[in-house]
Amino acid sequence: MPFYVSPEQQMKDKADYARKGISRGRSVVVLQYDDGILFVADNPSRALHKISEIYDRIAFAAVGKYNEFENLRLGGVRYADINGYQYDRRDVTARGLANVYAQSLGTIFTETNKPYEVELVVAEVGEDAGTDQIYRLTFDGSVADEHGYVAMGGQADAVAQSLKDGYREGSSLVDALRTAVRALEAQDSDRHLEAKSLEVAVLDRNREHRLFRRLTARRIEELLAEGTGAAPAAGEASEGGAEDD
Amino acid sequence: MASHDSHTGRLPGLFTSPDTSSFTEFLGTYSPDLLPGRRPLPPGTAGDDIPHGTTIVAVSFPGGVVMAGDRRATAGNVIAQRDIEKVFRADEFSAIAIAGTAGIGIEMVRLFQVELEHYEKREGRTLSVEGKANRLATMVRQNLGLAMQGLAVVPLFAGYDEERDGGRIFSYDPAGGRYEEREFHSIGSGSVFARGALKKLYRADLSAEDAAVVCVQALYDAADDDSATGGPDLTRGIYPVVATVTSDGYRRLGEEEVGAVARAVVEGRHDSPGGPTAPLR
Repeated sequence: MPFYVSPEQQMKDKADYARKGISRGRSVVVLQYDDGILFVADNPSRALHKISEIYDRIAFAAVGKYNEFENLRLGGVRYADINGYQYDRRDVTARGLANVYAQSLGTIFTETNKPYEVELVVAEVGEDAGTDQIYRLTFDGSVADEHGYVAMGGQADAVAQSLKDGYREGSSLVDALRTAVRALEAQDSDRHLEAKSLEVAVLDRNREHRLFRRLTARRIEELLAEGTGAAPAAGEASEGGAEDD
Repeated sequence: MASHDSHTGRLPGLFTSPDTSSFTEFLGTYSPDLLPGRRPLPPGTAGDDIPHGTTIVAVSFPGGVVMAGDRRATAGNVIAQRDIEKVFRADEFSAIAIAGTAGIGIEMVRLFQVELEHYEKREGRTLSVEGKANRLATMVRQNLGLAMQGLAVVPLFAGYDEERDGGRIFSYDPAGGRYEEREFHSIGSGSVFARGALKKLYRADLSAEDAAVVCVQALYDAADDDSATGGPDLTRGIYPVVATVTSDGYRRLGEEEVGAVARAVVEGRHDSPGGPTAPLR
């Protein structure tokens, strides 16, 4: 005989379930720097990405269950491409995409037994830092408009605390990357992250067409070395050619 | 967002079904009337009253390929547009150009551009040059019904092949036949004359700059003998669109660059209207 479960309890159980799933993984941070938006994931995989391109100025970052956020990412690419095709490329916006994601996540959360164990960031780089947009979406479809930095997944509170202490507005890519890596290292007391265990990408407002760019492990190494002053000369020469994929 | 599920504002189920990484195929399920070949056709044939694009040339050189097109669109005996663009960036490492019905052609180009980018974003890798060429063949084939009613479009596709470190050129027929071309090729109403010029001017060791000159020379010859092809318009400053595809990616030559080449070509023709001559023996 089925027991009666109050709607409050049901929602709370689902939320706890989703939160637990999300906190099991590793963290991702998103932060603004002077030339755009930086995405850094504690992710050693070269093939299973947590950070991806959606459209010309829009990128996607996620934590949680891979198959669930990958599904949302693929849907987002279709949403963006079809809107850009029907209207114009500049009519595809992060706000529109965040809205459909919010509706999808909200529906899945309320209408199905198992909520998605994911948390997303949809970010759009603007002409200047003032017009950058960063939206954080949680498993129940809540949307938050974020400024400066976002930490999600894993020990998100510890990471966010470190970002709060270290983040400076308008910092360079090198400084922003240092801050991000230090924040991700705050997940554990003895965590040390190297270039090859990081997934790093930027939305660089100074590029043309598609502004999303992945940084290769070599480029990440150079940037991190620059930050500590160990090998200052290596970096800038390869600025343009450091593309991945 | 269009029709389906728009009342809920969420991603329609179709958007998250993992079936295909092809944008065209997805569009065919989602909104078929957005595809040129899927719209119901009215009876009869569309005549010359619709703008047509004309001559395109492509020349390969060690390390890449150059593609160029004149700027004229004609509707019957009327010049419909004198600064139309018919050569486009397909993706980072390929170019596409169209001859035939301009409206359908430009739609096909837009669709092809999204097709390549969509695949790249979903799969995390770019299609091979052959993959891109085959995909385009399918899109041309879907247009066959329109072609038979007088709205034919034929593209020319050129890409940089990383494995061979060279350019490759693919031509098409209205039925979707795909043919790889060696060295150079030309399509459109002035192509007969352009191809003659290309044949005489082509060398295996052309530099990128010289290959661009060969293209502009060939387009001049096409415009010389074909009324539907426009020559360089020095008075208005309208020059052919010239683009190169190399290991550095797609690059459209700047107005100044092409202007200088076009002026030099026209200048040369003052002394010898037939253009550069090939040695007889």
